[in-house]
Amino acid sequence: MTDPSSSNSLGAVARVVAEHRDDLLAEWVAAQSGVRGASAAEARRQATEFLGLLQPALATGATSPDARAFDAVRGFLGDLSRSRAVDGFSPSETATFVFSLKEPLFRRLRADAATADALADSVWAATRLLDALGLYTTEVHQRGREELIQRQQADMLELSTPVVALWDGVLALPMIGTLDSSRTQVVMETLLQRIVETGADIAIIDITGVPTVDTLTAQHLLKTVTAARLMGADCIISGIRPQIAQTIVHLGVDLGNVTTKASLADAFRLALQRTGRTVTKVAAGAAGAAGAAAPASASTRS
Amino acid sequence: MERIPILRMGKLLLVTIQVDMHDRLAMTLQDDLTSRISALGARGVLLDISSLDIVDSFIGRMISNIASMARVLDAETVVVGMQPAVAITLVELGLSLPGVRTALNVEKGMALLQALTADADDVAEDDDDVAPFTAEQGDGRTAG
Amino acid sequence: MAVLRAESMPVRTAQDVVLVRQEVRAWAVAQGLGLVDQTKIITAASELARNTVDYGGGGTVRLEALQDGLRKGLRLTFEDQGPGIADIGLALTDGYTTGNGMGLGLSGSKRLVNEFDLWSEPGKGTRVTVTRWK
Repeated sequence: MTDPSSSNSLGAVARVVAEHRDDLLAEWVAAQSGVRGASAAEARRQATEFLGLLQPALATGATSPDARAFDAVRGFLGDLSRSRAVDGFSPSETATFVFSLKEPLFRRLRADAATADALADSVWAATRLLDALGLYTTEVHQRGREELIQRQQADMLELSTPVVALWDGVLALPMIGTLDSSRTQVVMETLLQRIVETGADIAIIDITGVPTVDTLTAQHLLKTVTAARLMGADCIISGIRPQIAQTIVHLGVDLGNVTTKASLADAFRLALQRTGRTVTKVAAGAAGAAGAAAPASASTRS
Repeated sequence: MERIPILRMGKLLLVTIQVDMHDRLAMTLQDDLTSRISALGARGVLLDISSLDIVDSFIGRMISNIASMARVLDAETVVVGMQPAVAITLVELGLSLPGVRTALNVEKGMALLQALTADADDVAEDDDDVAPFTAEQGDGRTAG
Repeated sequence: MAVLRAESMPVRTAQDVVLVRQEVRAWAVAQGLGLVDQTKIITAASELARNTVDYGGGGTVRLEALQDGLRKGLRLTFEDQGPGIADIGLALTDGYTTGNGMGLGLSGSKRLVNEFDLWSEPGKGTRVTVTRWK
C-alpha cells in the first residue's frame, strides 16, 4: 500500500514531535489522568520514554511501524503491554495509552500544516501509525493471556494425575474425569516416570472415575501398558464399570493379555500376590486391648 | 577401533551401552558378545540401555539379535533401564522387541537373571555331565 | 506460518546418521519440544536417515524450525535421487521391508510425527517430509 506523500506526511509528524515534545507530553499525560490505576508519575514516565523512542524512529524517515527503525518503540510497547496485563489492565486501557496521543498530536499538526491537503495527509499518516502501534499492544496482551492459559492448563494436567504408592513396588493411578488425548499422554508419561523413580513392579490404573472410554482413550491406555511392560513393569487396569466393558467390546478394542479387575481393591490384592505378598488377619484380641476396641489388623508378610 | 566394553560377573556378562552407536559399532558388539558368551559359557547377558535416549528400529533389531543369538548359545538376555520416552516411542513405532525380557534396572535385572539361571549354578563343575533336573527346584522349567 | 531457520545436511554415511540425530536433537530442544516429542522426532529422523543411506544411495536432509502463531515445530525433509519406491501404499504398510529390517521405517515414522508427506518416483528419487509440533 503505497502512499506517495506518506513519507512527507510522517515527516510532518516527525517535525511536530521533535519541536513540541514537551507540550505534547504534558497534554498527553493530562489526557490519561482519567485512566484507572496509572499514577500520574508512572504515566508521565512511560509517556516520556515512549516519545523518547518515537522521535528518533520518526527521524529516520521510516514509514511503517514494522520497520527496523521502530523496533525499540515496539519493544517498549510490548513490555508495557505485558506489565500492564499482569497489573490487571484491560487491553483497551493499554491501547488507549497510545491512542490518547492522537488528540494533542493532531492539534499540533493542524497548526503546522500549510494546506488542508497537507493536514489531511499528515493526520492520516499519524492515524495509521498510532493505530498500528495501539493494536500491537493488544496483540501482545492477547498472546500473554494465551501463554498464561497454556501454562495453567499444563499445571492442571499435572495436578489431576497423581500417582500413588500403594505399597512397596506397587503404584496406583486413579484417573478421574474424561480422558482426552493430550491428558492421557501426560498421564502416561507421568506414570512411566514414576515407575522408574520408585522401581515399581506393578502399576494399577484405576478408571472408576472415568465416565466414558472411546477408542482413542482405550488405545492410549493399551499403549501405556505396553510401554510399561517394555520397561520391565506390568500394569493392571481396574475400575472397569459394566458400561465401559460394553463399550470396549463394541468398539472392538482388544485388551489382549492385559489384566483387568473390577475394583481397585481386587487389583491391589492381585498386585500384592504377584509381588510375593499375602495379607493375613491377626487373631482378634491379639493386638492391643481386649474387646471391640481391638481392630482386626492386616499385616503383610513378604 | 572403539568397542563397547563387556564386563563379566561370574557366569553373567554385563554390557552398558552409553554411546550413540553407529552401525559398525553395533555389529562389532554383536560379534564380541557372541564370542564372549561362547568362550565363557555364559548363562546370562545383562544389557543396560539406561543411557540410550534413542532406540530406533536398527538398535531394536540389534537388541533382538543379541537376545536370539544368546539363546542359541543357551544364555538368557535381560534388557534393563529403558527410558520412559524411549518406551513410548517404541510402542508408537510398533516395535515390540519379541523374545526380549526386560527389567526396570540393573538390580532387578540381575535378580531376574539369577532366577532364570539358578538351576545351572547347581550343576557340577564338570560340563559333560548335565545334572538331572530335580523336583525340588520346581520353577516349572523343563530339563535340557 | 514462518520458517525461523533452515539448514541442510548431507546424509550419505552411517556416521551422517549419527550427526543427523544430534542435530535434530539440538533443533528440537531449541524449539522447546518436550522430551517425548524430542524422542519421537529424533527417532523418526534416524529411521528416515537410514533409509536415505541404505536405500536411497545417499542424499540430504533439510531442517526447518517453524513458528505458526504460538505453535513451534520442526520440519525435516529427507531427499535422495535413488531408485525410488515403486509401490508407496505397500511401503507404508507395517512389516513391509525390502531389506532385512523390521519394515517399520516408513510406517513407523509416520506414527511418530504430526505431518507426513511422501513423494517418490521409480528411477527419480524419494522425498519424505515430516513435521513435529510442540
